[in-house]
Amino acid sequence: MIQVIDGFLARIGRSTLSMFESVGRLVMFTALAVSHLFRPPFYWNAFARQLMTIGFYSLPVVGLTALFTGGALALQIYSGGSRFSAEAVVPSIVAIAMVRELGPVLGGLMVAGRVSTSIAAELGTMRVTEQIDALTTLSTNPMKYLVAPRILAATLTMPILVFIGDTIGIMGGYMVGVGRLDFNSSTYLRNTWDFLQFDDIYSGLVKAAVFGFIIALIGCYSGYHSGRGAQGVGNATKSAVVTASVLIFASNYILTEMFF
Amino acid sequence: MIKIKNLHKAFGANKVLTGINMHIEKGRSMVIIGGSGTGKSVLLKCILGLITPDSGTISVNGVDPNTGDRKVFLDQFGMLFQGGALFDSLPVWQNISFRLLQGKRRLSNTDAHALAVEKLRRVGLKAEVADLFPAELSGGMQKRVGLARAIAADPQIIFFDEPTAGLDPIMAGVINKLIREIVVEMGATAMTITHDMSTVREVADEVAMIHEGLVQWSGPVGDIDDSGDPYLDQFINARAEGPIEAVR
Ligand SMILES: Nc1ncnc2c1ncn2[C@@H]1O[C@H](COP(=O)(O)OP(=O)(O)O)[C@@H](O)[C@H]1O
Ligand SMILES: [Mg+2]
Repeated sequence: MIQVIDGFLARIGRSTLSMFESVGRLVMFTALAVSHLFRPPFYWNAFARQLMTIGFYSLPVVGLTALFTGGALALQIYSGGSRFSAEAVVPSIVAIAMVRELGPVLGGLMVAGRVSTSIAAELGTMRVTEQIDALTTLSTNPMKYLVAPRILAATLTMPILVFIGDTIGIMGGYMVGVGRLDFNSSTYLRNTWDFLQFDDIYSGLVKAAVFGFIIALIGCYSGYHSGRGAQGVGNATKSAVVTASVLIFASNYILTEMFF
Repeated sequence: MIKIKNLHKAFGANKVLTGINMHIEKGRSMVIIGGSGTGKSVLLKCILGLITPDSGTISVNGVDPNTGDRKVFLDQFGMLFQGGALFDSLPVWQNISFRLLQGKRRLSNTDAHALAVEKLRRVGLKAEVADLFPAELSGGMQKRVGLARAIAADPQIIFFDEPTAGLDPIMAGVINKLIREIVVEMGATAMTITHDMSTVREVADEVAMIHEGLVQWSGPVGDIDDSGDPYLDQFINARAEGPIEAVR
């Protein structure tokens, strides 16, 4: 019995230690990655390529997510609002919910699924096939060549993606509002604009930038520390999307408190 | 000159290097032999500072790999990795000229392409290969592109990790000759890992055999046939019976 408890405690101890160790490693990696953003050389070509792969090619996924979410939101808020004859709030609540919360969070999650994984798989494969070692031997710092351009590209493009997504989401709400719920088109648009404040948009875009940073950082971190073989790369990819998503939710709460 | 003293490296419980001592004079060619998994690649990576040893010292012309300016240190090296390690997002010519396309004194794309074609010719590949991507090449071709990349910037110290593995005998002969030329003409210091006895005989000035984490035997290549060392004898004569166990 004592042995069982002993083993159990030892296991808890070990996993707690290894958790602290991973957190420590992640913090070190983050500090190193950020420091390389500000020290030359900066690889502009690699950065431009990442702007395309991370930013531009994520547009369809973010746009479609926002479109359907905006539509569903309009229906839900109508059904809630009509219980106390407040159907008129639909346009403004759709806009506020989209811009402050759902645009960045859902966009962030979708991009995490698309980008964190692909970064982790790419860097993981490079680690496993010794390409990262080869880079180092060719006097090129992988932190600068691989990590910094990805982090900068994701941090800069996420707000743009989310801004476009917000617009499309509001449009989705508008389409449902006008087409299905018999709102007057110009009233709907006016109500959207009149209630939306600069702070709403601003806080959403700050969130988006933070999520972009998290997405690329975690993708790079997981890939960079990938285990050996195909299985190692698989695990790196999986842990990238899980960690990035959880960190997005957690930082979303913290940021929401800050802007509250 | 490369000096290695009492080098230890373990991965968890797996003790790979347990006190390696080695000494390579400038401009000499050292060939390292030994069974698979004995830590030959790990040794090269320790010298490059890609793996940090647990204890022991390494000095390359008096400099420790992990102190001082990494760029200055690494600029003197060329390395052919065991698996080629080509960058699969870049075409062959950019792989070969990679080092020369970085930094302030970088080559123009035209010059870098021309240089890549010239290096390709030296490793027995046609100019057309320059514009392909690594994934479009066979294993042996990838190996030779890796070799071209290793010698592209005319390094003073070159490491070749199994340069002829996966090549046909004729191409292996071409590569052996090339490595020998690089040492003689460029005066480079070379360390070559191989399982191929033809490479040992054609490329080596010095031979070191690694067994169970230690240098089992080392000496001039002329002495390998009558070394009197049963381990070395078993290895170079490819015998299944002997002091080295076949199950490892
Ligand atoms: N990065 C690593 N992590 C854990 N173990 C490793 C690593 N690199 C090499 N090893 C282990 O070290 C041993 C020696 O590997 P290596 O130097 O590649 O052998 P070889 O002599 O065939 O080149 C092997 O048992 C290998 O599994
Ligand atoms: Mg090896």
